[in-house]
Amino acid sequence: MSATSTTTGSATANVARHHQGTLLRDTPIIAHRNLLRVVRQPQIAIFVVIQPIMFVLLFRYVFGNAIPIPGFDYVQYLMPGIIVQTLVFGSAVTAIGITEDLKAGIIDRFRALPMASGAVMSGRVIADMAINTVSLVVMVAVGYAVGFRVTTSVWEAALAVALLAGLAMAFSWISAVIGLAVKEPEAAQSAGFIWLFPLTFVSSVFVPTAGMPAPLRYFAEHVNPVTHVANAARALTVDGYLCGTQVCTNPWPEVWWSLVWIVGITAVFLPLSIRMWRNLT
Amino acid sequence: MAIEATGLVKHFDETTALAGLDLHVPTGTVLGMLGPNGAGKTTAVRILATLLRPDAGSARVAGIDVLDEPARVRSRIGLTGQFAAVDEHLTGHENVVMIGRLAGLDKSSARERAADLLARFELADAADRPARNYSGGMRRRLDLAASLTTSPEVVFLDEPTTGLDPASRLGLWDVIREVVAHGTTVLLTTQYLEEADVLADEILVIDHGREIARGTANQLKADVGGETVTVEIVDDARMDDAHAALATVTRDEVFVDRARSRLSFPAHGDSSRLAATVRALDDADIAVADLAMRRPSLDDVFLSLTGRTASDAADGSDDPPGGDARNDPNGATDTESIDA
Repeated sequence: MSATSTTTGSATANVARHHQGTLLRDTPIIAHRNLLRVVRQPQIAIFVVIQPIMFVLLFRYVFGNAIPIPGFDYVQYLMPGIIVQTLVFGSAVTAIGITEDLKAGIIDRFRALPMASGAVMSGRVIADMAINTVSLVVMVAVGYAVGFRVTTSVWEAALAVALLAGLAMAFSWISAVIGLAVKEPEAAQSAGFIWLFPLTFVSSVFVPTAGMPAPLRYFAEHVNPVTHVANAARALTVDGYLCGTQVCTNPWPEVWWSLVWIVGITAVFLPLSIRMWRNLT
Repeated sequence: MAIEATGLVKHFDETTALAGLDLHVPTGTVLGMLGPNGAGKTTAVRILATLLRPDAGSARVAGIDVLDEPARVRSRIGLTGQFAAVDEHLTGHENVVMIGRLAGLDKSSARERAADLLARFELADAADRPARNYSGGMRRRLDLAASLTTSPEVVFLDEPTTGLDPASRLGLWDVIREVVAHGTTVLLTTQYLEEADVLADEILVIDHGREIARGTANQLKADVGGETVTVEIVDDARMDDAHAALATVTRDEVFVDRARSRLSFPAHGDSSRLAATVRALDDADIAVADLAMRRPSLDDVFLSLTGRTASDAADGSDDPPGGDARNDPNGATDTESIDA
């Protein structure tokens, strides 16, 4: 070791002796690391870009003609819904990423560092939100190519995007808890399907809820946060959504329900995931 | 004392990983914790590195209580785990920079420090390649570089060379020696007796979560007994003839190891027995592959303490040692060989 690196060594030692990480400082470091990982793995790009394009085209041209939506052109009805569906499914990557880290042993390294204990989770969720944002941009672009048009103001459309991002984040925190609970990437993958499929299909995402059997319809219309966000997004981008068999145009009830769910889910699952992280062995 | 632990106990369901372990590592020294798989080495390291809470007992690392103030302990330790904990999609440089940043360095110091460390560990040329393209030895060196980013006072090396080929192990030993030369306190766990012998100031032998012996390598070897005269013959069909020949040289029992065509008997500090052995074997016309006065290896120590060799005890280990201490003629066993 040269004289210069010895100096650097003792200097770094002095910094490190007194360091305690903060969430604000460590979260971007972890998010940056996670995004570097994504950029280096082309198969993830397929998941982020190709899959949304495929879904839009399939639903637009295969199902679109078979599913009549009263009062709507199907592409206008479909696009906000399919964006919600893609973002919700995208939250599964949080669980998979966490389990991969657990398996690779790098989690031990993080836990033995003087970093903020929530940063590995928050950095992961923020990186996943960035990835989801890319999916969102791709879908809006493809949507425009197949006839989708935003008919409201910029501000309403921006609020729709904020709600979508909020839902993606809230579901990422659920996914983080699942990842920490199951610990294996394969298990995280199948666990994701168990809750994500019912939530997205028993909702207003693809079809009107009016045709569903009563219990499912009740769940889809009044409980499921995916419906609330999809309806809010529709009201805020295409100026209306289906309430029962009617077309409703007032976005605010669905916006408020969406916010309640986003805040509620985050308030439960964010602290829970950080607690589970601290109790890892 | 850089590391001080008393009465560490840890149970996992039915199994007892630690059954009351004490540890004392003076500042600037290397403690080699030696034991087979499942002896409790990793559990002890995980407790001291604040990753795991013990069921009973207390520990201080760098003078700080690991249970009361784990966050402060973390700013003073480096941990290199059993499986190189590097991000394989990041480059070597990115890995070390990330750890430096998380340990409190600003961007430019983290980069400078990473460049220094990578150069020191002969990874400068590979610094900008993703770690997944690294060999096993390179990954361990990168892992070690990452844990030294902040010049920690105490470094835990949990089986740093498990699964490496012999050449990579020797390379990593050099790196570890250099770390030690700079005054860092090291707790090294290993299944390789040779490794503890080469690197550690003091050796703690553990089995089933408790101490079974403690001392310098020389003290442990002395406990087992003195030097032996050890002969390895060329033609194993002549083991019985060789046995008979050696019986004329010593009154002690001759230990016969047919698997390795090896015979040995106590030398009782009398090196003239070497010459007598050469004559006896020559008279019987037995070709000799190796003849040496041999001090007992740590494997002999383990055998005498537990009734098993360390390699038997570690059976089921998924990574068999690249160079088994007993089979390695250039290993750490002290020998005074003469050409036969």
